[in-house]
Amino acid sequence: MNQIDKAPSATAAADDLVFYGEAVSSRMLLGTALYPSPQIMSDAVKASGCGIVTVSLRRESARGKVGERFLELITALGVHVLPNTAGCRTAKEAIATAQMARELFDTPWIKLEVIANDDTLQPDLFGLVEAAEALNKDGFKVFPYTTEDLGAAERLVASGCDVLMPWGAPIGSGRGLANPYALKTMRNYFPGIPLVVDAGIGAPSHAARAMEMGYDAVLLNTAVARAADPIAMAIAFAAAIDAGRLAYRSGLMIERDMAAPSTPVAGTPFFDLGAPPKS
Amino acid sequence: MQATTAKTTTQEIEITLNGTSLRTSCLTLAQLIEDQDLSGVRVATAINEEFVPATTRADRRLAAGDRIEIVSARQGG
Repeated sequence: MNQIDKAPSATAAADDLVFYGEAVSSRMLLGTALYPSPQIMSDAVKASGCGIVTVSLRRESARGKVGERFLELITALGVHVLPNTAGCRTAKEAIATAQMARELFDTPWIKLEVIANDDTLQPDLFGLVEAAEALNKDGFKVFPYTTEDLGAAERLVASGCDVLMPWGAPIGSGRGLANPYALKTMRNYFPGIPLVVDAGIGAPSHAARAMEMGYDAVLLNTAVARAADPIAMAIAFAAAIDAGRLAYRSGLMIERDMAAPSTPVAGTPFFDLGAPPKS
Repeated sequence: MQATTAKTTTQEIEITLNGTSLRTSCLTLAQLIEDQDLSGVRVATAINEEFVPATTRADRRLAAGDRIEIVSARQGG
């Protein structure tokens, strides 16, 4: 991390990431679910240095103790809260959930999920666009969980979304970037919109790759929460995301099909003897 | 389900609370929240998939067959 901070040219210029007018300190967004304990979750968030965590709403019982305890833990972290509409199957459910989240967490930010399929947890793009249109009109700052589909993305942007969050791979699968070609196309098509790869990230190398492609940030959860050591893994992801971002800003070399010697050819000893005869 | 306060009547209706059917004599959403020991707890509410703001819970009368959601903060990805 220190070496990255000290790297010269690419870090000299400001490299702010802004979501809906708010500058965020880190390019990592971290989920708060599936950790071995609340304390480990809290420690992993702190270790990652992330400035935004995702949260949800669930049915309350037990006299409200579960929700209150979690809310206190999250508030103590002092980070931006991005509530989700996970599990919603229709635009109507997602809209009501977003409205409940806005009141409960006191934020207009919403990670909008409308789920189409149980096996893939693929976004329902029709419901997503419908819900985004309604929520944007209602003053929400929508972070839509979507696919690489450019048509749907254009509709989301036209409805007022200033951030897009395409999936890397199905939620919880850890498969990385399933369709890097489409993600690259999307990045090129929306040069001015903050793009976050959300879901499917399993290893720091996946996150680094997304960042090297020019994605603005990465949202992940399971890969950290289910690691043998979630706190160390949070640090590993933060380093990979920083490295990927720096690499993108530094200008990656162009791939070649053929080898090209890096050591100068001129002056190679014995060069005049040529290649040895093939026997 | 006990009628716990003077605000309630003996007339019970059947509702669905967080996916479970419930007979209640509560007249309003605010009364139901109190009846569920959730007063003073940060929850959000919806009836029949429509958000009900906290400020309107006292005025929101319950009707037979209402599907009520009372939710609170949780972990999420």
